[in-house]
Amino acid sequence: MENVNITINGMPLSVPKGSTILEAARLGNIDIPTLCYLKDINEIGACRMCVVEVKGARGLVASCVYPVAEGMEIRTNTPQIMEARRTNLELLLSNHERKCLSCVRSTNCELQKLCRDLKVDETRFSGEKTPSMIDDSAAHMIRDNSKCVLCRRCVAVCSKLQDVAVIGANERGFKTHIGCAFDEDLANVACISCGQCIVACPTGALQEKDQTKEVWDALADPDKKVIVQTAPSIRATLGESFGMPIGTNVEGKMVAALRRLGFDGVYDTDLAADLTIMEEANELVDRIKEGGTLPMITSCSPGWIKYCEHIFPDLIPNLSTCKSPQQMFGAIAKTWYAKKMGIDPKNLFVVSVMPCTAKKFEVGRDGQSAAGEGCPDVDVALTTREIARMIETAGLDFVNLPDEEFDAPLGASTGAAVIFGATGGVMEAALRTAVETITGEELDRLEFTEVRGTKGIKEASYNVGGLEVKVAVASGMKNAKELLTKVRNGEADYQFIEIMGCPGGCVNGGGQPIQPASVRNFVDLKSLRAKALYDQDANMPLRKSHDNPVLKEIYADFLGKPGSHVAHEVLHTSYVKRTRY
Amino acid sequence: MYRSHVLVCGGTGCTSSGSGRIVEALEKEIAAAGLSEEVKVVKTGCFGLCALGPIMIVYPEGAFYSMVKEKDIPEIVSEHLLKGRIVKRLLYSETVKEDEVQSLSQTQFYSKQLRVALRNCGVIDPENINEYIAYDGYQALGKVLTEMTPQQVIDTIKASGLRGRGGAGFPTGTKWSFAAASVADQKYVCCNADEGDPGAFMDRSVLEGDPHVVIEAMAIAGYAIGATQGYVYIRAEYPIAVKRLSIAIEQAREMGMLGKNIFGSGFDFNLEIRLGAGAFVCGEETALMTSIEGHRGEPRPRPPFPAVKGLFGKPTVLNNVETYANVPRIILKGADWFASMGTEKSKGTKVFALGGKIHNTGLVEIPMGTTLREIVEEIGGGIPNGKKFKAAQTGGPSGGCIPASLIDTPIDYDNLIAIGSMMGSGGLIVMDEDTCMVDIAKFFLEFTVDESCGKCTPCRVGTKRLYEILDKISKGKGEMEDLDRLVELANYIKSNSLCGLGQTAPNPVLSTLRYFKDEYIAHIKDKTCPAGVCKELLTYSIDPEKCKGCTLCARVCPADAISGTVKNPHKIDRNKCLKCGACMEKCRFGAIVKN
Amino acid sequence: MKSLEELKALRDKMAANMGIREDDSDNIRIVVGMATCGIAAGARPVLHALTEEVAKRGLKNVTVAQTGCIGICQYEPVVEVFCPGKEKITYVKMTPEKAVRIVNDHIVNGNPVNEYTIGSTVK
Repeated sequence: MENVNITINGMPLSVPKGSTILEAARLGNIDIPTLCYLKDINEIGACRMCVVEVKGARGLVASCVYPVAEGMEIRTNTPQIMEARRTNLELLLSNHERKCLSCVRSTNCELQKLCRDLKVDETRFSGEKTPSMIDDSAAHMIRDNSKCVLCRRCVAVCSKLQDVAVIGANERGFKTHIGCAFDEDLANVACISCGQCIVACPTGALQEKDQTKEVWDALADPDKKVIVQTAPSIRATLGESFGMPIGTNVEGKMVAALRRLGFDGVYDTDLAADLTIMEEANELVDRIKEGGTLPMITSCSPGWIKYCEHIFPDLIPNLSTCKSPQQMFGAIAKTWYAKKMGIDPKNLFVVSVMPCTAKKFEVGRDGQSAAGEGCPDVDVALTTREIARMIETAGLDFVNLPDEEFDAPLGASTGAAVIFGATGGVMEAALRTAVETITGEELDRLEFTEVRGTKGIKEASYNVGGLEVKVAVASGMKNAKELLTKVRNGEADYQFIEIMGCPGGCVNGGGQPIQPASVRNFVDLKSLRAKALYDQDANMPLRKSHDNPVLKEIYADFLGKPGSHVAHEVLHTSYVKRTRY
Repeated sequence: MYRSHVLVCGGTGCTSSGSGRIVEALEKEIAAAGLSEEVKVVKTGCFGLCALGPIMIVYPEGAFYSMVKEKDIPEIVSEHLLKGRIVKRLLYSETVKEDEVQSLSQTQFYSKQLRVALRNCGVIDPENINEYIAYDGYQALGKVLTEMTPQQVIDTIKASGLRGRGGAGFPTGTKWSFAAASVADQKYVCCNADEGDPGAFMDRSVLEGDPHVVIEAMAIAGYAIGATQGYVYIRAEYPIAVKRLSIAIEQAREMGMLGKNIFGSGFDFNLEIRLGAGAFVCGEETALMTSIEGHRGEPRPRPPFPAVKGLFGKPTVLNNVETYANVPRIILKGADWFASMGTEKSKGTKVFALGGKIHNTGLVEIPMGTTLREIVEEIGGGIPNGKKFKAAQTGGPSGGCIPASLIDTPIDYDNLIAIGSMMGSGGLIVMDEDTCMVDIAKFFLEFTVDESCGKCTPCRVGTKRLYEILDKISKGKGEMEDLDRLVELANYIKSNSLCGLGQTAPNPVLSTLRYFKDEYIAHIKDKTCPAGVCKELLTYSIDPEKCKGCTLCARVCPADAISGTVKNPHKIDRNKCLKCGACMEKCRFGAIVKN
Repeated sequence: MKSLEELKALRDKMAANMGIREDDSDNIRIVVGMATCGIAAGARPVLHALTEEVAKRGLKNVTVAQTGCIGICQYEPVVEVFCPGKEKITYVKMTPEKAVRIVNDHIVNGNPVNEYTIGSTVK
């Protein structure tokens, strides 16, 4: 690649042509502060935090979008620049609800960090503030514009990553605020509850709806038996909340922490993931054999389901009827498990820990109460961030907790379930079971590497006992739209498609620990977290869902066989057409 | 064959003052007098003397009737059009010297003007392409397509020294050459008709009075840079201009001036109108293009510049209406002709919308280099009521105030920048001694606060805080430290904002601070407003010597703040007084004192 | 519109109709007395003949205007010709035919038609 020669603070540097000043400076080990910048997603030069001086330019320029040119002389740290950045922060603070002490993002807030770095704690400016408009209409999140810095990162991920585009800037000038068109409530628009906006938010303006109090109350209720399930990806991310390196697998400490929080049973959603495979693989084989609607599309991700209902309602018949693993877990817990343990399902309180905010929405969907009306499969879905907050509140020294194991019986799992947390994982797990079911032979090699990796759309074709099976995997709704448009237009002939609502799958879910833009922009979060899951899978004795011993028991005792009438009653569901606007 | 043409101004100003009804009445009376075959009534664009509307001019005599009323029409028809006797009493008084009727061009208002961009305004029927053609319309396009290479067109525009009339004054030929040099499968030519400065209406007048000139110039620009598609972005609040431009585009298409293979040259060019929804920021070039693309009208960072990556990511030339209005003339009369007008670095003429405390409010076109004094005292006819000139504001909310001490400054791009103002799109507001400069700064800043798009921090929050400091000062609650704060914040906003709106927003504050700092200090230290404008700093009282006790003031006071008995001096209760000034207006004895 | 020539032809045709809007004091002005006396004596056809002839010949620097009573009612219709820098010439008892000749001889060729002037008529 062609290079250009520039100087930064007098230091000569040769950088690739077409780099921005921000990127060039990083090559010279200079970190220019940013606020609105998200690489490839939000390059709008709006916040003006990253201003630098370019010789000959009028005023200061935004380094995040300003391309370097041969001979350019750049200064990044003159008194004028520092003062400009400080003034910028003071102006933001002058219109900011400064409840920093108790803010959910305190110590993890990008605005706070910038103020600390630039030594700004007071503002010379005071005056009118943008009126606070709190939108808590949606099941999964709260928007408080009094803490918003109008970086537009949420808007950018909603439209550019997720193709959902239900939020944007309303009004203008000082009255500008983020909201849905015509300031409609978030609950009334085609929001898919994915929560990607929350993880993109630098401040406390967006946050998941915190349900920790409901869980604390349940734990304190002597009449309730409270059990918890953790989604596959939580073990790969929870450590980040306690300062551990990205991609650390903390399964053992997580179990120990949950037990110390007082849960009566610490279980694993992985069991339900295996169960999902049993049901889904059966459904797929059935559809292929019986001429059902193909391609069949996975239904694990509630964000994706809602997107499909809003944007691709014509593809609802293609969706697998399987409930998601979270809901399957709850359904089995409140039926088979409750009976087995002799508990009235009404007194059984099921908490799930999910990488996902859409799970909060899913819990309240119709047709998700196997034990009967008024007895939801799952009572509360917490995000990774909420459980981390509970662990903090309880004063647990997470990093130094011992490694412990899940409880029986609902803690049993296989490697196939563990990889559910990464894009392509469900596909791989399903293929492991489907191939063996169809061929009746044991697989030599369990890795289906074609469907691994963080690419937005992956395609593969397998010869399964003489039958050609074409599959595709997409994560993130923008990629899903591209793939599904082909399906809709008859330009693709897949039999099976895996779709995850968030780019990279659950490891990058909207409920995961928030990494600041300075990390997101330059570190591949998705692969680091996914690696932890694939490593665990590789080291597990059981790696195929149909080998899960507890599942065998459940089928023998209760469900009969996959796709049976009882299985349908308990583990399957239906979908509704939703409007786009 | 008509022996007489009656031109009635159909610009927005005269339309508001009722020129539509005048045309109807004229046509009725002319028909009644049996003159329909002899006298032609033409609705034209703006003449410039908006203060005198409705305006009407009768040729061949060139008799200029101003403030025409419907009831005068029968007399004008029976006397002037039928019998040839000009109704002198209804003429614009400036055109009658010693009982002799003079042509309009000899009046003070017009004699110093030089009409290039406006040359067809008020002369032709904008809805009739033939009248445009009669005045050499589309000759320039024909010449360009049949006799010139794109490079020659660009060289001509460059040599003419034409600079952008929209505000910043970027050399037009250079802009075109950048876009011409960009390689792409599609390029665009855009016209900025989103005129938003308060009080500015030159672009509207050109589009209303001479829409074809813009079409012709855009086609020329398209040929020069290699674009086949153009867009005119025009604010929806200009219905007459939109209508006439639409008609003009239709006519140009029918006649083959737009469309495929124009003049058999193989060059294709099409034009579409896009309506702006009333956001000032959409006059900023990148915001305008974002808006055409169908998004919220917000600016985007430059580089990349539009000439490289503009509308829909393609190389784009964007010029303002008045800039385009000069182009066909330059092609036909040559670069040297154009460059012979104006100053060293600012060639040609500039149209100004003259407003404020001045006799002849309206539209004037003057050669660059004309002094402010000539505009105010001669063309503008001076300041009414014998008041003193205090300052002139140019450049709208992006500009600044020019004090009386600089009234002899020749007006061009660079001189205006040097004295802390700017050309802007051409608004020129004259202020007399009754104007408070703190209040003026506040007025313009309030405008930018309202019109900021809200994208970047300095403009969104910074201008708001700047306004709040000014507001504090105007209410007598300022401190001397606020003056430093104003300057610091203003300079910060200037050098950190994303687009031109923010970068120039503090200019009204900085320029008034520069020339009228004592007024700011008076507001802060003495808690007085020397011009008597800032309400919070005024007190009304009654001079007992002059008060006759007529009770009129007490009766009009909306706050019951005035007490007193008949034939005895009255008093104002300052706690109740709203400072509305109603009492002062009513008092026949000059007994109410404001200070 | 296919060529520049075509456009120029159209311009010339249209321009002939627009000449009267010029504010040019260098123009030759032909003024017809159009008060009641003039109209009664037949000034209107004279005026029409003048404007048509001027247009037909595409004379750009000529304006035809009307005026009120000049005060010599018995000689109506009266036509006055003002050439810049020259004495005014007054024609009397005009007819459309005479008017055409005035345009041809006087305006185009510069030879005043002496037999129609007030001087020769009053004699």
